[in-house]
Amino acid sequence: MNLKAKINKSAWTRYKESLKYALYIMTHPFDGFWDLTHEKRGSMAAANTLLILTFLTNLWAMRFTNFMFNDVRWERVNIWSQVAGILAPLLLYVVANWCLTTLFDGKGRMKDVYMGMCYSLTPYILITNPITIISNFVTMEEGAFLAYFDYLALGWAFCLILISVMQIHDYSLGKAIMAILFSAVGMMIIVFLVMLFFSLVSDAIAFFISIGKEILLRVY
Amino acid sequence: MKLKRKFAAALLAVATIVAVCPAGVANATEVNSYTYNYDYWGLEYESPDAYRPVSYTDGAALGITALKAPKSMFTRDNSLYIVDSGNNRILELLVEDTGLSVVREITGFTGETKVLNGEEPVLTFNAPQDIYVAENGDMYITDQANYRILHLDKDCNLIKEMLKPDSPLLDPENPFEPNKIVVDRSGRMFVLAKNVNKGVMQFEEEGNFVGFIGASEVVFSMADMIKKTFSTKAQRDQMIDFVPTEYNNLYIDNKSFIYCTTEVFEEADLDAGTAKPIRRLNSLGGDILIRNGEMPPCGDWQWGDAAGMSGASRIVDITAMDDETYYVVDRVRGRLFGYDEQGHLLYAFGGPGNQLGYFTYPIAIEHVGTDLYVLDTVTGGITRFARTEFGDLIHSALDEYDVGNYEGSAEYWEEVLAMNGNYELAYIGIGRSYLRQQDYKTAMEYFEVMRDDDNYSRAWKYYRKDWIENNLGYVIIVLVVLGFIPVIVKKIKKIRWEAKEQYEYESESKNK
Repeated sequence: MNLKAKINKSAWTRYKESLKYALYIMTHPFDGFWDLTHEKRGSMAAANTLLILTFLTNLWAMRFTNFMFNDVRWERVNIWSQVAGILAPLLLYVVANWCLTTLFDGKGRMKDVYMGMCYSLTPYILITNPITIISNFVTMEEGAFLAYFDYLALGWAFCLILISVMQIHDYSLGKAIMAILFSAVGMMIIVFLVMLFFSLVSDAIAFFISIGKEILLRVY
Repeated sequence: MKLKRKFAAALLAVATIVAVCPAGVANATEVNSYTYNYDYWGLEYESPDAYRPVSYTDGAALGITALKAPKSMFTRDNSLYIVDSGNNRILELLVEDTGLSVVREITGFTGETKVLNGEEPVLTFNAPQDIYVAENGDMYITDQANYRILHLDKDCNLIKEMLKPDSPLLDPENPFEPNKIVVDRSGRMFVLAKNVNKGVMQFEEEGNFVGFIGASEVVFSMADMIKKTFSTKAQRDQMIDFVPTEYNNLYIDNKSFIYCTTEVFEEADLDAGTAKPIRRLNSLGGDILIRNGEMPPCGDWQWGDAAGMSGASRIVDITAMDDETYYVVDRVRGRLFGYDEQGHLLYAFGGPGNQLGYFTYPIAIEHVGTDLYVLDTVTGGITRFARTEFGDLIHSALDEYDVGNYEGSAEYWEEVLAMNGNYELAYIGIGRSYLRQQDYKTAMEYFEVMRDDDNYSRAWKYYRKDWIENNLGYVIIVLVVLGFIPVIVKKIKKIRWEAKEQYEYESESKNK
């Protein structure tokens, strides 16, 4: 076994370990999120994988949930807006949360916030996929219970995000809740700024185009 | 010049088409009416005609003075009564296949009335609004501007007249202006009056007022409650407490259930199903209309605001056939909607305009046999619609299902599908027939096409039960195997661990 293969293998093992660590975080969030960043037991690769899996889970649920519990009109679905619909809020949260916690002596770096957020999505992936399959084997009456599992998945994921903020930035519970609330405000401010920026840029472009037209008309 | 040439070309084209087409197609009576239905997503789908306009009859065609703001129609057997409000008369027409003809014009009656004009008793009508004709020919007329309800026998002799009832339930300041009337078999009268919004007024056979039925339940919202808590007494007195629905029309079917319609509702409540523009009342006033469609019966599901027409359909009249299908007319867009007894939209047709089959302001709808008659209050004409083969097939299928002949019903639905591949009820009807024949898998396919989740769920339940019963052996084997997997995995892990230990022990001892 040469050195290169050995390094590759250890990278692969580390990836596998860090992905498996998501399961541990689900059940032991306080320990888990502390070790995630402080003991370097998580990896960016695993975090990215979890994010992609979240998106695929959402897509699979849209496609394969039985039509009794599913009102998706496929001719109206745009895959890119689906991607944006999931990615945009999550990434906005990462940026807003990092901006805020940096100001209020949070210990986490942006990478840590991102990893914490991605690892928090594990319950959604693990609960929604079986529910999608089960939905094809139940009647309407039995299916009423499936909705509770959806709530469970989202509630669990939200609790994990809260705990991740607490542990990564070394916050108390109250401070973590405030941080999340103000992250939401920050997300809106970012969206507002982005829209303002684009509208200003488009106005500026229109201005220069009209000047150019004017010059062309006057000079020639 | 250019225009003229174009016109000539168009004329030539039309002439060619008329010449080439077989006589049947060019026949003037075969006017198409735009017919449509909605799919699961609320999109309009064009449909073959279920009803086609046959003829239009106005005063001139009947050989009498033109109708002036007629308000209502009534049919009994082959007689069609028209309340010609503006001319203060009631027309009795004879309905024949060849058309309508006047039997008599009723402008007054004989008898002793309490309504006086100075010293003279008033024996004529003043702005009559509605008529109901009993099986024995007795006529009940709401003589609105004379503030009375008249009960005449078939030769126009007064039997009784009802003036404003002396009741604390009625506002003493408002005059009694009766609007619509229906009468049940035992002679009880149900009346709608202007400025009365507590429901349908009910009169005993003798003519005494007994009370209201069918007042809509008032939903008291949280927002109202909070508003009331924080307002002063003066403000509270100014608020209108609750305004129950004011009905605008009545129809009594052959089982003595009363259909009522209303145009007073919030459009936002239509989707939630709380608006209920069409109701069917039992004798206690409870609403027993079945609403199993994707939308409760309410006319159009979606609409644009254009050409002076805006908002939801406003239903002004209803008629129910013997098979409990019912037809309503929307005054906003002049459209007619047919529903089956389960509340599914069968088809919608008609529209605004001046052509045959289109209306300016439809006000009343009635049926004779399977024909529909629609009265337009502005043009003062009656349009007759006759059912097409497509419509007949739908009704045959519904009737067969009602009597329990599910296979027969499915055969009719197959024929409907051949004419209109988008017809939702046909798929569901065929699916139901397969469900009865215990062919659950095919039934599920039909239900899934039209996203009928209730029936699909039922079929799936039986299918799953059958499948498990047939494959019980396999199911048990799989369950047992699944149960053993953790045990086996544990065993294998143990063996591997022991082998590893052994190997390490051996290699260690070798190194030593």
